[in-house]
Amino acid sequence: MADRVFTWLLLACALLVVSALLWVLSDVVLQGTAHFSWQFLFAAPIDAGRAGGIGPILVSTLWLLLIALIVALPLGLGVAIWLSEFAHGNSRFASSTGITLDILAGVPSIVYGLFGNAFFSIYLGLGFSLLSGGLTLACMILPVFVRTCEAGLRAVNDDWRRGALALGMTRSTAIWHIVLPAARPAIVAGLILSIGRATAETAALLFTSGYVDRMPGSLLDSGRALAVHIYDLSMNVTGGDGAAYASALVLVTLIIVLNTLAQSLVDHWFKRRLKIA
Amino acid sequence: MNRPKESIYTLGEIEQGAPCCVPEPHLQIQDLTVSYGAKTVLSQVSLDIYKGCITALIGPSGCGKTSFLSTLNRLTDHHPNAHVSGKIFFDGQDLLHDPVNTLKLRRRIGMIFQKPNPFPLSIWRNLELPLKEHGVCDRHERQRKIEQALKDVGLWDEVSDRLQTSAMALSGGQQQRLCIARALVLEPEILLMDEPCSALDPIASAVVEELILRLRGRYTVVIVTHNLAQARRVANYAGFFWMTERVGKLIEFGQCQHLFEAPIHALTAAYISGARG
Amino acid sequence: MHSNGSRVDRRLTILLLGMAGATALLLALIMLFLLSEAWSFFANRWMDGSWLQLFYSQNWYPLEGQFGMAPMILSSLAVTVGAVALALPLGLGSAIFLQFYASPRSAQSFRLLLNVLAGIPSVVFGLWGLTRLVPLITSWQPPGASMLAAIVVLTLMILPTIALTSASSLASVPRELLAGSTALGLRRNTQILYIILPAARAGISSGVLLATARALGETLAVLMVAGNVVQNPSGLFEPVRVLTANIALEMAYAMGDHRASLFASGLLLTVLVWLLSWFAHHVSRANKQERQHG
Repeated sequence: MADRVFTWLLLACALLVVSALLWVLSDVVLQGTAHFSWQFLFAAPIDAGRAGGIGPILVSTLWLLLIALIVALPLGLGVAIWLSEFAHGNSRFASSTGITLDILAGVPSIVYGLFGNAFFSIYLGLGFSLLSGGLTLACMILPVFVRTCEAGLRAVNDDWRRGALALGMTRSTAIWHIVLPAARPAIVAGLILSIGRATAETAALLFTSGYVDRMPGSLLDSGRALAVHIYDLSMNVTGGDGAAYASALVLVTLIIVLNTLAQSLVDHWFKRRLKIA
Repeated sequence: MNRPKESIYTLGEIEQGAPCCVPEPHLQIQDLTVSYGAKTVLSQVSLDIYKGCITALIGPSGCGKTSFLSTLNRLTDHHPNAHVSGKIFFDGQDLLHDPVNTLKLRRRIGMIFQKPNPFPLSIWRNLELPLKEHGVCDRHERQRKIEQALKDVGLWDEVSDRLQTSAMALSGGQQQRLCIARALVLEPEILLMDEPCSALDPIASAVVEELILRLRGRYTVVIVTHNLAQARRVANYAGFFWMTERVGKLIEFGQCQHLFEAPIHALTAAYISGARG
Repeated sequence: MHSNGSRVDRRLTILLLGMAGATALLLALIMLFLLSEAWSFFANRWMDGSWLQLFYSQNWYPLEGQFGMAPMILSSLAVTVGAVALALPLGLGSAIFLQFYASPRSAQSFRLLLNVLAGIPSVVFGLWGLTRLVPLITSWQPPGASMLAAIVVLTLMILPTIALTSASSLASVPRELLAGSTALGLRRNTQILYIILPAARAGISSGVLLATARALGETLAVLMVAGNVVQNPSGLFEPVRVLTANIALEMAYAMGDHRASLFASGLLLTVLVWLLSWFAHHVSRANKQERQHG
């Protein structure tokens, strides 16, 4: 009897969760497709976004993401390699870097927004621009990316490192040809996590990249991210709900597409050297 | 198992190995002491490794045999708090005090580990990568050397049709022979083997042991083993390590036959008769 | 004397060390700027102790120099606790269902749904809350934009995370434990409640703590549905304003001490999240040790 009740309770939990989540998802898809057209992707917004499209906003979003990734990925991978391969755990600098990374990984994004506003926009004089927004995003995704990659690198079998050393290979070769390809899943996971966070971010961008919805002329122009656009349409523009849902649909699709792209790019890049049939 | 052996091995019949043991030292070790931090694991070891011979090192676990091997190709350099003192003469140079290019050294002194550690690459890449790293740029030369090394370890017939498949898919014994081929392809003078058979099943172990026998005369081999019968079968010289006051020491060293049949030291006699350890 | 032979390696080490140094510098910079921007606020109020008003005063009139954040701190906590209290049983329940009851095919599609929703931006949840949930609550109990709406939206947002992390820690419970308890003739629910769940406790609780940190730090999804009136959280249907929303709403025009006070609240949030992650870290470590010794 008790067993039966327990099972039903679990089933109810699962059904509730599934139906609630499906509700949200179907709303986004249905409402989004209702307002969506191919024109919408490329046209400039008209009448505060009620009509027209999201062309310039999409461009700004991609620029922000590009800046964030260009800064955070090489730096993050370098730090992760240093932490796992060169810093021998006993170095105080390494452990304090690790702790700080952990702390910063949990800091709310709005706090990064505050920092970005104070440092990039005001102190460095970049103003409200794609550059200060992208750099703020880079700071935000850096800790997560480093920690994910580092965990993956540490999990790589130590026998391979010793084998490479015993063959008289440089550590650089061992890292490049053996350790990094072996840590590929973790690097992909970190990349996907970073792309997801950077693309979905709103709070950190409000006071760094601003919300001008024109096509950005340069990286020092203000630009509105897609997530900020959704926020603005739904909060400040009456009658903007349809466009907001369409933008939400585009945002979700964009994240899924970017993740798939990242996955296949990294796979392709490593497979060229791995040659595992 | 019943294939004609000539087709498997290019090293030739066991009996045809070069007349062994011209007593010419290849490595001279004097007063070698190894410690990790404050803990000394090996103290005051002096012995000569003879050219073209197989030298077996026996003794219970944890008495510093593996540390001893790692000092010979300076793998201890990569242990953050390892300290090595004493002298190791190789080719007129003191490996511990003279300026030595460790990468070139490790090409001349290869090492095989207890657990087979082929890289997660294709079989071909496993051999090609070290060759490229040591500046063998000509593709045909690499091809010739790789084929030769695979034939030397008797792996060519088994894998020549799937050289581009992952080395990780090979059986344990095949993996270990691939690791030996990977060391041989660099044409070393000395091979260090750290219990090369202990992670293998009895049949694979017998195959690897036969291979080691074939190496005699062409290479100088230092093999650490727990298998006394194996040491007796393959070695020309044998050294017995034992822990006294938690520090590893070389108790007795001499011709294999003498050590097993007429040991001088009481500890050696007790150990080889199975009374201790 | 010990030449190491490789110039490439040395160059790489220097390059990577430089990168690590740059990152460490960046981290220090973030801390430095938060502190220095908030500094003027504390410096002006340190001597007479009035900076403590931040924590107990009810009056948030920044333009008149009154900076009481108590209502917003309480609202932040109430909304977070509410969301976790809802999401934990639901998420855990569905994780157990997913792991032990669902057929492989339905488990797979359930997992896919959770993964898709874990990747949905919070602003989309906010949009949905604003256009679907708030009108629904309004028709029942106006004004609609309320603590309840915020709690439900946050719950939906953290549910996938809690369910997925719980499911993966349930999956990592050793199979022998399950087989052993089946061999003892224990009933399914007894097995799950008294054997599997305790064994998976560490993973579940660190997942929940991370979700809590996420809920506490969430800005826009809450801002969009919570009504944003500065008042103590007195009822589920009352509008509230949380700390993060306050920063987002007022940063645009804040000057001087007002701006500094917003940075101070950012610091406060950071400290709260630190405490949570520190706690999560210790829970998982204590449990690991327990498992090793036990």
